[in-house]
Amino acid sequence: MSNSTPIKTPLSDGSVDWLLNFERGAKQASSAFLKAYYQSSVPAADTPLSRVPFLAMDFETTGLDASRDEIVSIGVVPFTLERIHYSQSKHWLVKPIAPLNADSVVFHGITHRDLDEAEDFENVIEPLLKVMAGRVLVVHYRYIERPFLYRALEQRINEGVVFPVVDTMAIEASLCRSSMWARIKQKLGIKPESIRLGDSRMRYGLPNYPSHHALTDALATAELFQAEVAYHLSPETPIGDIWL
Amino acid sequence: MEVEQLEILTFLKDHVPFRWLPEEELSKVATEIDVSYFRAGATILEVGQTNSDIHIVRSGAVEIYLRNGELFNRLGEGGMFGQQSVLTKSPVRFPAKALDDTLIYFIPYALFIELFDRYERFSDFVELENNKRLSHTVTRRQDANELMTSPVNKLITREPVLISESATVKEAACLMSEEDISCLLVADAQDSVSMIGIMTDRDLRTRVIAQGLDYTTLVRHIMTPAPITIDSSHFVFEAMLTMLTHNVHHLPVLHLGKPVGVIGISDIIRYESHNSLFVVSSIFDAQSVEEISALIPDIHASFTRMVNEDANSHMIGSAMSVIGRSIKQRLLALAQEQLGEPPIPYCFLALGSMARDEQLVLTDQDNALILDDSYNAELHGEYFLKLARFVCDGLAECGYSYCTGNIMATNTRWRQPLSVWRGYFTEWIEQPTPESLLNSSIFFDLDGVWGQTEWADELTALIAKKAQASPHFLACLTRNAINRKPPLGFFKDFVVEKDGEHRNTINLKRRGTAPLSDLIRVYALAVGSTAQNSFERLDDIIAANILPPGRGPDLRDALEFISMVRIRHQALDLEADRVPDNNIEPEQISPFERRNLKDAFQIVANAQKFIVIKYPPNRRF
Repeated sequence: MSNSTPIKTPLSDGSVDWLLNFERGAKQASSAFLKAYYQSSVPAADTPLSRVPFLAMDFETTGLDASRDEIVSIGVVPFTLERIHYSQSKHWLVKPIAPLNADSVVFHGITHRDLDEAEDFENVIEPLLKVMAGRVLVVHYRYIERPFLYRALEQRINEGVVFPVVDTMAIEASLCRSSMWARIKQKLGIKPESIRLGDSRMRYGLPNYPSHHALTDALATAELFQAEVAYHLSPETPIGDIWL
Repeated sequence: MEVEQLEILTFLKDHVPFRWLPEEELSKVATEIDVSYFRAGATILEVGQTNSDIHIVRSGAVEIYLRNGELFNRLGEGGMFGQQSVLTKSPVRFPAKALDDTLIYFIPYALFIELFDRYERFSDFVELENNKRLSHTVTRRQDANELMTSPVNKLITREPVLISESATVKEAACLMSEEDISCLLVADAQDSVSMIGIMTDRDLRTRVIAQGLDYTTLVRHIMTPAPITIDSSHFVFEAMLTMLTHNVHHLPVLHLGKPVGVIGISDIIRYESHNSLFVVSSIFDAQSVEEISALIPDIHASFTRMVNEDANSHMIGSAMSVIGRSIKQRLLALAQEQLGEPPIPYCFLALGSMARDEQLVLTDQDNALILDDSYNAELHGEYFLKLARFVCDGLAECGYSYCTGNIMATNTRWRQPLSVWRGYFTEWIEQPTPESLLNSSIFFDLDGVWGQTEWADELTALIAKKAQASPHFLACLTRNAINRKPPLGFFKDFVVEKDGEHRNTINLKRRGTAPLSDLIRVYALAVGSTAQNSFERLDDIIAANILPPGRGPDLRDALEFISMVRIRHQALDLEADRVPDNNIEPEQISPFERRNLKDAFQIVANAQKFIVIKYPPNRRF
């Protein structure tokens, strides 16, 4: 990776008007928590990254399929381009509706015993939406947090939630996979660079953290995003260019 | 929030001073930390900025600058900075920049102060100025030097062999042959570990054979009952005295009343042979380079022995320099035997640490030749080149590796008539260049070891006179003297080498003793001292009263302490059969030594700051 490749292809085509979505949500939501969440709104698409409040989020789940698997832990870390407020981070263990199977225990290390003391997701909804309010979510690989959160809410309060996310993996992909050089390499059969969280962090000189703890991964994601902005985006970049 | 498994906590547990905090306190710290990423080259703290956090380098590297833009310090993982502006509640004075891509952990001021107030060890660590501790340590070591002893159990080479009093003298003689020993301890027939007597070779000869006794005579009849013994905690010199006073050649050593060994007069002689004086006389007896190089183990043994006997660094450095000088002198004598008498007078010079009497076991050779002004290259050139080669090759064979900077008599440039040398030194002082300044730190410590040694004294006098009168030169030399920074972070955490073979170590010579002797040399030249040894130079500097009160003795303590840690490290290397070096891992030394070492480095750092004020080095040349 050349150290200062600017992102050429915009990640977002701007087709989703998040402000409008939030306005609608605020009107239509029947749950009071959800209504409040939408009322807190989102930054306008032209807000520069330097002025956007972010929230890094990571889930540990029982599997990868949002229609079948469930969330077992949630880690969130609020941050800005300047400072990651790890001190204000939050972590929840969540009781899944279906019993845990042994395979996923190996994966995320959360055991039955841990979950005995865990909250039911219903109790987490309100505090979680509160900390999300007014912030743009940052995740590594958006196909976990967004669908799982949608489904979990749907199961409990009969309505899902939609929100924009910044996907640090998509940013890496656009750098490592979409550039001309990356495409040539691909044609030549050279293995593309890994865009997994740990590997991506390594390219920015970030330390190796043990993964699969939702809070550590959320912190790791926030750090990676700061690094990506430092190298490839300007603090003046409008949030609308990169959210999805 | 449960944090047991979190990365930040793990990190804190690995780094001082946090690792000293109790677990629950650490968990609290871990949850109050904020984080930020800085790309290589980015500014982390700017002059005049307000700052309310202690910064800790989680990964990457950070450089701290003085306000004049000069690099002050480099911090690696675990390094701490920003606390000065926090503690004094004033705008940032020392800007910080990310050298690599860097991740910073921030600890809020309030939390930090709480830790500082509650945990003594934590605050001790953080305290910036506390040089008293070091002074105490050094004084204590000097008291110990007066004993100049090592315990007698150092001499024990094997377990004692016991025989029952009811055994026959034939059985005793067989056992002694089998074990290849000259004496047996005699044990009580009932209680096989209690020693009741001693029996020696000599007893067999005088009490058995000469008396015509039967070989079936029992040991108890010919042994010396209740022999003179010594306790294992006594010192070698006491053992020697005991043997002399009682005229015995075998001395059983007891620990808690039980025999743990026997020392013979030969052990004492062998021990004495590791004495540096003995080594020196062996060097002068040597008839070839091989014979000299065969003495390397003895040289190392006399080094470790002095360390074990608590000799101070000046004594050890002098002894090792005397040995090195003797080797040169012997090599020169051998060279002259081979090449014939020199056609014109000359002087062989020792430079650098040997000239300062600060040589240790790991060292390379720095030397030069001064030739008589009647030197004619065509007539004499070949002789002196051969002479220089003989000596330098011989030194290399004796463990003094070739000088990487080629500062050796084999280099034509450093094999010149006296008048040329006068010109060299005059030019270096009057028109200093970066190269000549580097030379200055080696050539300005010079000592004649052979031939017309008065020429060396003449050059020393010339240097002292000219340098003192040249503030410009002193300022340039000052710039050089502050080049090598002591390995300390702002919070007195060690800054270790970041990469290469010596990763995670501190080079005590490069970061400690060398910058100190550089600094001391500048002051010595400034006061016109002709002393070469750093401690002697310090005496002259203190007498000249150019330093604030207490600074001179502080410098002496710092030099002594860093030197001793370095010397002990090398002695340990030798004892473990490793090639001695100057690189210590801060984690490998005791917390006590670590703390004092930090104090010592702090003194060096302060002295570097002070000398900059005294001889401002930022003039152009």
